[in-house]
Amino acid sequence: MSHAPVHRAASEVLSPALPYDMRPAAAVASRNVTLQQFVNSATELKDHGRVSACRAAFGENYGAVRELAGSIKQHTLDHLDHYLERYIDAATAAGVRVHFAADAAEANAICVGIAKANNCRLCVKSKSMVTEETRLVPALEAIGVETLETDLGEFILQLDGDAPSHIVTPMIHKDRAAVARAFVRELGARYTEDPPTLTAIAREHMRKKFRKADQGISGANFLIAETGSLVLCTNEGNADLSVGVPRIHVALVGIEKVIPRMEHLSVFLKLLARSATSQALTVYTSIITGPRKSGEPDGPEEMHVILLDNGRTEILREETRELLRCIRCGACLNACPVYRKVGGGHAYGAVYSGPIGAAITPLLKGLANYPDLPHASSLCGACFEACPVKIDIPKQLIRLRAAMVERRLAGVGERGVMRVWGAILKRPWAYRVAARVGRAVQRSMGEGIASSDPFADRGWISSAPGPLAGWTDVRDLPTPTSRSFREWWAARRTEDRRGEERS
Amino acid sequence: MRVALFITCLTDAYFPRTGIAVVKVLEHLGQTVEFPAAQTCCGQPMFNNGFTAEARELARRMVDVFEPFEAVVTPSGSCAAMIREHFAHLFDGEQLMAARAASLAARTFEFSEFLTKVLRVNLRELGVHWEGDVTAHSACHLRGLGLTGVSEGLLGEIQGVKLTPLGKAEQCCGFGGTFAVKYPQISGGMVGEKVECIQATGCSTVVCNEAGCGMNLAGACRRAGAQVRFISLAEIMAEGLGLMERQEGGQ
Repeated sequence: MSHAPVHRAASEVLSPALPYDMRPAAAVASRNVTLQQFVNSATELKDHGRVSACRAAFGENYGAVRELAGSIKQHTLDHLDHYLERYIDAATAAGVRVHFAADAAEANAICVGIAKANNCRLCVKSKSMVTEETRLVPALEAIGVETLETDLGEFILQLDGDAPSHIVTPMIHKDRAAVARAFVRELGARYTEDPPTLTAIAREHMRKKFRKADQGISGANFLIAETGSLVLCTNEGNADLSVGVPRIHVALVGIEKVIPRMEHLSVFLKLLARSATSQALTVYTSIITGPRKSGEPDGPEEMHVILLDNGRTEILREETRELLRCIRCGACLNACPVYRKVGGGHAYGAVYSGPIGAAITPLLKGLANYPDLPHASSLCGACFEACPVKIDIPKQLIRLRAAMVERRLAGVGERGVMRVWGAILKRPWAYRVAARVGRAVQRSMGEGIASSDPFADRGWISSAPGPLAGWTDVRDLPTPTSRSFREWWAARRTEDRRGEERS
Repeated sequence: MRVALFITCLTDAYFPRTGIAVVKVLEHLGQTVEFPAAQTCCGQPMFNNGFTAEARELARRMVDVFEPFEAVVTPSGSCAAMIREHFAHLFDGEQLMAARAASLAARTFEFSEFLTKVLRVNLRELGVHWEGDVTAHSACHLRGLGLTGVSEGLLGEIQGVKLTPLGKAEQCCGFGGTFAVKYPQISGGMVGEKVECIQATGCSTVVCNEAGCGMNLAGACRRAGAQVRFISLAEIMAEGLGLMERQEGGQ
C-alpha cells in the first residue's frame, strides 16, 4: 500500500491566513515526489488529449473557433446588465425564483433560508466551484442539514475533509489507495483499490441519499438569456439526480455564466469538453428550463437560481473583463508548468488555482492578500494558448504586477533595483560602464572556463550573493564572456576604417 | 536591405558569439547590417515586473534608435515579442508614439523568422553543412510569435545535422526572468525536468536561440553534471557556411 501525501484540512487550504505566502506550500510540494507524479502525469495526459481532440475536431479552424467563443463571451460581458435582465425575465417566466447575492455570505444565507423554510434535512449536491467559493456546505451543515457531495471526486474529498486541487478533476492530488482508505474508514467498506468496485461502493452509498434528499444543489456551466435555461455539463449523472429527484433545486451561479442565445451554446459545448477532458461532449448535458410543470412526470417542485456577484463586478471593469469569459474548463491548469511543479491547486491558497486562479484570486480576494500569485509565473504563455476563450492570462498577470507597483505593494528592494536599472538603461554610456563593472565582478566569482575564445569563455558561479542567490540555489550562473558583442563590433569598425585608410 | 541588429542585453554580455554569427550570416545573405551603438535594453524586465513607467521610457528610446532602419533583427524571441506585442500599448493615449511603435513592431523580426519570412532562404539550397547530433530547445516566446518549429525546420535543412526531438518541448524551461530568482523552487523544478529530457536524448549539443533560456538550461545542466554544450542556430549556420571557425567543447 503506497502512502499518499498528507493534506491540510479543506478550510485551511481554501481560506489560509492572509496575506498568503505561496512559497512554503510550493517548497513542500516540490519535495513530494508522489504528488509531483500524480499531478504531472494527469495534467500532461489531459493537455495532450486536449490538443489532439481540438485538432481532430477543428483542424485549422481551431483558432477561429476560440476567437468566436471568446467574442460571444466578451460581447455578453460588455452588455452584462442587458443579458442578465433578459435571463431573469425568461427564467422567472419559466417558473424559476431568481435571487441576487452580492457576496458569499448573502448567497449562503439565501440557500440556508430556502432549506429552513422547507424543513430540509438532507441535501444532495453536484460539483460546483462557486459553492466552494462561498463555502456553502459548512453553512448548511451548521444548521443541521446533512449535505452530500455527489460528484465522485468531491465525495472522496468530503470524506477526507480535503479541498479540491483542480477546477475539473478535484482530486488530481490523490490516488486509488487514498480512496480505498477513505472508504474503509468512513463507509466501513472492505479494502479494495479496484476502480469499478470503488465506484460501485460510492454509487450504492449515494443512491440511498438521492432517494431521501429533500433539496438538491448545483452550479451551472451556462445560463441562457433567451430562454431562461440553465445548462449542466457532467460525466457521472450525479448532477441530474441531484437536481431532478429532490423536491427543491437551488442553483448557485456566478453572474458571468450567462450567454445570449441557445444557438451560442453549441460553440461552448464543442469547446468545453474537449478543452477539459478531451471528450467530444460531456456524458450528460442537461438543459433545465424551470421546475416541473403541470403534467410533467418528474423534476423539482421548486427551482431557485442565486446569481452571485462576490467580486465579479469588480473584475468586470474594462481592463480585466476578459477574465470573466472563463468557462472553467481547467485547460490552463493542465498546460501550466508551474501548476505541475507546485503539486496542483492547493499551493494557490484559494478555490481557483492554476493560471486563471493566479489572475482572478487577487482580484476577488485582494491583491495585498495574494502577492505571490501574479509573480509565480514564468509568463510562458502555455495558458493563453490552451484557453478556449482566448483569455490573455500572461497579460493579466503583468497587469496585476503593475497594480502592485502602483499601490506600492512591490518590495522596496525590487523598486530600487528596477528604478536604478531603468535609469542606467536610458543612458548608453552608463549601460556600458555598468556592463563592464558587472562583468568584472561576476568573472571574479566565476570558475570552470572551458574555452579560449574571448566571446565564449564564460565562467560559472555556484553561489551568488544577494538577490541572485535564488538562481544559484538550484543551478549555476554563467558569467559574461571576457569580451562582449559590442566590443567585437567596435573593434571590427576600427579595423574597417584602418583598411579604408590604407587603400 | 539595411538591417539593424538589436543584440539584447543578455546576448551582448553572455552569448556574444551568437551576435557575431548573426552579423556574418546576414552579411553572407547580402544584407547590410548595422549596429546602432545607442541601443541598450527593450525594457522587458521592467515591463514584466509591472514597472510600466520605466518600461515606457526604454521603449521610447528603442523607437528613436531603431526607427531609421528598414528592418530590425534580433536573436531573441522574447525581446522581439516585447517590441511586437507590448510597445504600442505602452503608448496608449500618445497617438504619434503609438503609431511609431506599431511601425517598428511591424519591421522587427526574430532571427529565424527573418530568414524564413523575409529572406525566404532554404538552408539546403544555401549549402549549409554542419555535422553533428543535436537536440533543440523551443523558447516559449517563439511559440507566442507563431514560430513553433521554425528553427527546428531550418535545422532540418542543414546537411549533416541529425536532430533528436527534445521531450516536453512545449513546456517552459523555467527561466521567466526574475521568476527564476524569486521562485527558485518552482523554476528549479521546471528546469530540472528539462535537464532530464536533454539527457534522455543522448545528444551533447543543444540548440538554443534565446539567451535567457540558454543561461538557465546551461546552468542547470552544469549543476547536474551533464556534459552538454549550447549553441545557437546562427552559430551553426555561420560555422556551416565557413564564416566562423567550428568550436568544440565548452558549455
